[in-house]
Amino acid sequence: MTASLFYLFAVGLLGASLFVVLNPNPMYSVVALVFGFANLAAIYFLLEAYFIGALQVLVYAGAIMVLFLFVVMLLNVQSDADHPSLPRVFRIGSWWFGALALVFIGLFLLLVGRSALALLAPSEVPPTQIGSVSQVGEALFTRYLLPFELASLLLTVALIGTVFLAKKKI
Amino acid sequence: MTSFTDSLIELLGGLAWVPENAAGIIFVTVSVLVALPVFLFMTLNAMVAVYMERKVSAFMQDRLGPMEVGIFGFKGGKRFWGGIGQTVADAVKLLGKEDTIPGEADRALFIIGPFILFGAAFATFIGIPIGYGLVISDFNIGIFFVIAISSIGVIGVILAGWASNNKWSLYGAMRSAAQMISYELPVGMSLLLVVMVVGSLQFHDIVMWQEQHRWFLFHSPFTALAFLIFFASGVAEVNRTPFDIPEAESELVAGYMTEYSGFRWSIFFLSEYANMAIIALMSAIIFLGGWLSPLGGLFRTFNLEQSWYFLEGPWWGVFWISIKAIALIFVMMWVRWTWPRLRPDQLMYVAWKVFIPFALANIFFVGIWELLLG
Repeated sequence: MTASLFYLFAVGLLGASLFVVLNPNPMYSVVALVFGFANLAAIYFLLEAYFIGALQVLVYAGAIMVLFLFVVMLLNVQSDADHPSLPRVFRIGSWWFGALALVFIGLFLLLVGRSALALLAPSEVPPTQIGSVSQVGEALFTRYLLPFELASLLLTVALIGTVFLAKKKI
Repeated sequence: MTSFTDSLIELLGGLAWVPENAAGIIFVTVSVLVALPVFLFMTLNAMVAVYMERKVSAFMQDRLGPMEVGIFGFKGGKRFWGGIGQTVADAVKLLGKEDTIPGEADRALFIIGPFILFGAAFATFIGIPIGYGLVISDFNIGIFFVIAISSIGVIGVILAGWASNNKWSLYGAMRSAAQMISYELPVGMSLLLVVMVVGSLQFHDIVMWQEQHRWFLFHSPFTALAFLIFFASGVAEVNRTPFDIPEAESELVAGYMTEYSGFRWSIFFLSEYANMAIIALMSAIIFLGGWLSPLGGLFRTFNLEQSWYFLEGPWWGVFWISIKAIALIFVMMWVRWTWPRLRPDQLMYVAWKVFIPFALANIFFVGIWELLLG
């Protein structure tokens, strides 16, 4: 049951992601990306990592995608549909494309293999606890405290920069 | 803690005529059995709430409201339940309307826009309990799930506004996006305070805590303030007057739904009233004791024995939570027909310079309060 649901959401995720990169219309790409994030959140839910799944929806689908939509809407990004020919590099049949595809497939297999091996190794945390609020909080504030604080510093810098750029008259 | 879905799965799995290893069949059956009541609830809620809204507005403006349409020959006459069939007739009319899509609109996005809004409202109901154990799925992150899923709805609004290819719609969509993103923050922060005190994100744990102590509205001055911030921001997130600048009819015709008609428009309407119900239910559960009886809490402070006149129990719980939610919905309507609309800059001012600083200070002070008195 869980396996078939996983395949359903995985196909949705892969399909949406492919649609994002192959579709010429940026608005459709954003919508497909939201759909992809929803599928990813569903996969997290299947793993009983509800907190991470909800974070995925709240942060990516709910907030960042809205900003993407804003940018695409307001900058009036032109659809590529009028000139459909892709750059030479991406044309199927060019040796470039084949080489690139091979590299990516190899990388993909490597990553999948690594995570499969990691799955086989017994975990110390009971499965229902992975991705719970307390687990995430503990990891963030002990082991990953420095990266966490650095990330918040980065956000603060970005925020100050935005205010500086937007409000020249202050 | 069992949920509605768990009990259904257990029930179906235990039936003699259900074959072994029929997980797929059980899954589909349970999904349908769970989804149908939610959909029915949303439809009924919209119909009843529209009738209530029209009657409340009529009462506030010293009118009669809808008086003509009866149901099954029952007209009600010149009393306050006159015109009881009005919303049923309206719904039938809406479904029979011609479905128009503007020629210059982006067809695909125009069609999926309302459904994203509807889907977000629909999925939110999964996590909201309406009684002890009466919840579709009992997540360990209850509140957070509801906030996360309801944040998706704004994407539907933006898409609808953009795809309509209409200036008013686009303005409405932009305002709506700015507003919903801004007011998500005070909502989250005022709930954070409750989570801090209870130490759990689950709705059940929050109500249990209130049963053992007291309702959050009366717990401390800071939680009372958090309730006000939460409720006001919730009303803003639902885009109702005085926060309805995305569909300000005097400037933007109908904002992001200008180009919609018939069935698609009714989906917007359904979602708006469903979101109202969500905000009312959440306020009732988190701050007003959920399915706890107010009499029980009152009598227990006088150390009285548990008795029938506490009006407590599973079915009384559903009654109490409905009463609280309906009262809050009435407050939303009251506010709508009393105050004029805010300007967009005033709206942003209220969110960023009033609600968010107060909500942040609130978190700090409630921590001190709990340390000293908790």
